[in-house]
Amino acid sequence: MIVKLLSGDQPRSVLLTLLLLVTLVCLAGAPFLFDGVRALDTAARICIFIVLAASYDLLLGYGGIVSFAHTMFFGLGAYGVALTSSHMGRGFDALLVGSVSGAVAAIILALLIGLFSLRVRAIFFAMITLAVASALAVLVSQFSGLTGGEDGLTYKIPRVLTSANRMGEFMGTQVSGKILNYYLVFTAALILFLLLLRIVNSPFGRVLQAIRENDFRAEAIGYRVIWYRTMATCLSAAVAALAGSLFAIWLRYVGPDTTLSFEIMLDILLMVVIGGMGTMYGAVIGATLFILAQTYLQNLMGSASEATSALPLVPDLLDPDRWLMWLGVLFILSVYFFPTGIVGRLRERRAS
Amino acid sequence: MTQTLLETDALTVRFGGHVAVDAVSSSFRAGELTAIVGPNGAGKTTYFNLISGQIPASSGRVKLLGEDITRLGVADRCRRGLGRAFQLTNLFPSLSVLENVRLVIQSKQHKGFGLFSMADSHQELTVAAMAILERVRLDIQKGQLVSELSHGDQRKLEVALLIGLDPMVYMFDEPTAGMSVDEAPVILDLIAEIKADRARTVLLVEHKLDVIRSLADRIIVLHNGALAADGPPAEVMASAVVQEAYLGKELDHV
Repeated sequence: MIVKLLSGDQPRSVLLTLLLLVTLVCLAGAPFLFDGVRALDTAARICIFIVLAASYDLLLGYGGIVSFAHTMFFGLGAYGVALTSSHMGRGFDALLVGSVSGAVAAIILALLIGLFSLRVRAIFFAMITLAVASALAVLVSQFSGLTGGEDGLTYKIPRVLTSANRMGEFMGTQVSGKILNYYLVFTAALILFLLLLRIVNSPFGRVLQAIRENDFRAEAIGYRVIWYRTMATCLSAAVAALAGSLFAIWLRYVGPDTTLSFEIMLDILLMVVIGGMGTMYGAVIGATLFILAQTYLQNLMGSASEATSALPLVPDLLDPDRWLMWLGVLFILSVYFFPTGIVGRLRERRAS
Repeated sequence: MTQTLLETDALTVRFGGHVAVDAVSSSFRAGELTAIVGPNGAGKTTYFNLISGQIPASSGRVKLLGEDITRLGVADRCRRGLGRAFQLTNLFPSLSVLENVRLVIQSKQHKGFGLFSMADSHQELTVAAMAILERVRLDIQKGQLVSELSHGDQRKLEVALLIGLDPMVYMFDEPTAGMSVDEAPVILDLIAEIKADRARTVLLVEHKLDVIRSLADRIIVLHNGALAADGPPAEVMASAVVQEAYLGKELDHV
């Protein structure tokens, strides 16, 4: 049963299995295990970014395709939900229509980009995705009548999913619609992740790996490489869009900074690389660590800075404003010491 | 009259001013093994590249089973029955030996777009792949990564991939190059088996004269990209053009 759910792709490392189980339990019980709005918000972000990073891993780790348009697809899903929710009014139908149309738009755009540019060299595809993603980001900020421009859109989601919906108490925690909303995000993320895990272990996934290894030979044994690459791009785009929809449902707000910015694109790239490319589980580890660092590193540094205030220079270095620098240092160290990512490293230990 | 499977009609490719393959016309019939010989740089591998589609032809045509395939891509030619093994080993290095062959069977059975089934649950692919690995004597190494295999075993796998495709036209580019004396017969026996199946045609680029003598029904000689001789082995070997252009220079290597 579990083997089937994981598509026969077990973690293959005791430590990794433990880490994944802890992550799963913490995320599954987040509303009851941790206090406060911030913790729940962090857990929801982790769920969403796991899916987003995993869908990027399908492209980068399994397909060997470098794309800079992943946030664009993420944004399409988010804006899909935002637009339908603002125009159709609050309701589950608006969420559904928004998610589906966002995913369809993402697939169509991915298909066009793929067919136009996957034929040629990889670097060209990367440049095209960068150009299209930047163009779309500009469009979103220009068409402010429709998209709210730089301010973004705020809208209402079904009352059942908001904190106004009180459903009594459980394990000492006030159960509200917010928690219901969290479980919507969590369940959808879990299903999407298992779906991606299945795809990379399917016959299609094997062809993708073959193409990544040796596209010349893959073509010579009868696989039309461009169609497989395009298919991978479309699948990855669709899942990213759905992750965007979840993000929009969770936040009840979308804006260029939260869904379309190049910064998020780099975050996704870092999550996948730190976690381990071409492993899927790497996305779980990478996204979890990254979001935790992003959320709590600043606090940690704040208190460290205060604690060392008597020393020269040290408090300045530990100032919360420097958190991005420390994240950079962490990234360099992790790439240097774990070139195959955390998951790759853990699996090597077991092999040796 | 046996069926003609593959034809090239004035097939030509130019790289800048250099004509690498110069209006080569030939046809290949079922049940026949044709050795393609010529000195280094004569255009043998380039001729292969034109037939299998890695290089587009400047002019001329390639026909497979009577159909013009000159404008088709590599994958489409392969799906129509043109299979090729490469001179320099060209495999999927970080996948297992079994997975390499499974990929070929999967392509042959058009299952590459299966998205929601587990690859390993397709027993029919594994069984077919194992049968081929046994034929090339690689069944014991099935779980190894290709990058861990010896050179000779990689050459065997190269041939296994081609056999897995089971094409109408088999193209071998120096299949035994760099193999040890006791490994090469496995491959040569396989080629003889394929030839014995009267429905296929085999094209073989080869330098070793003993291999050519034992396997070839016909020899074509390429010299400076052009067809210099074409006929039964005894006749071609004896002809003046071959003595001078090929054997005369290469004899001391044999």
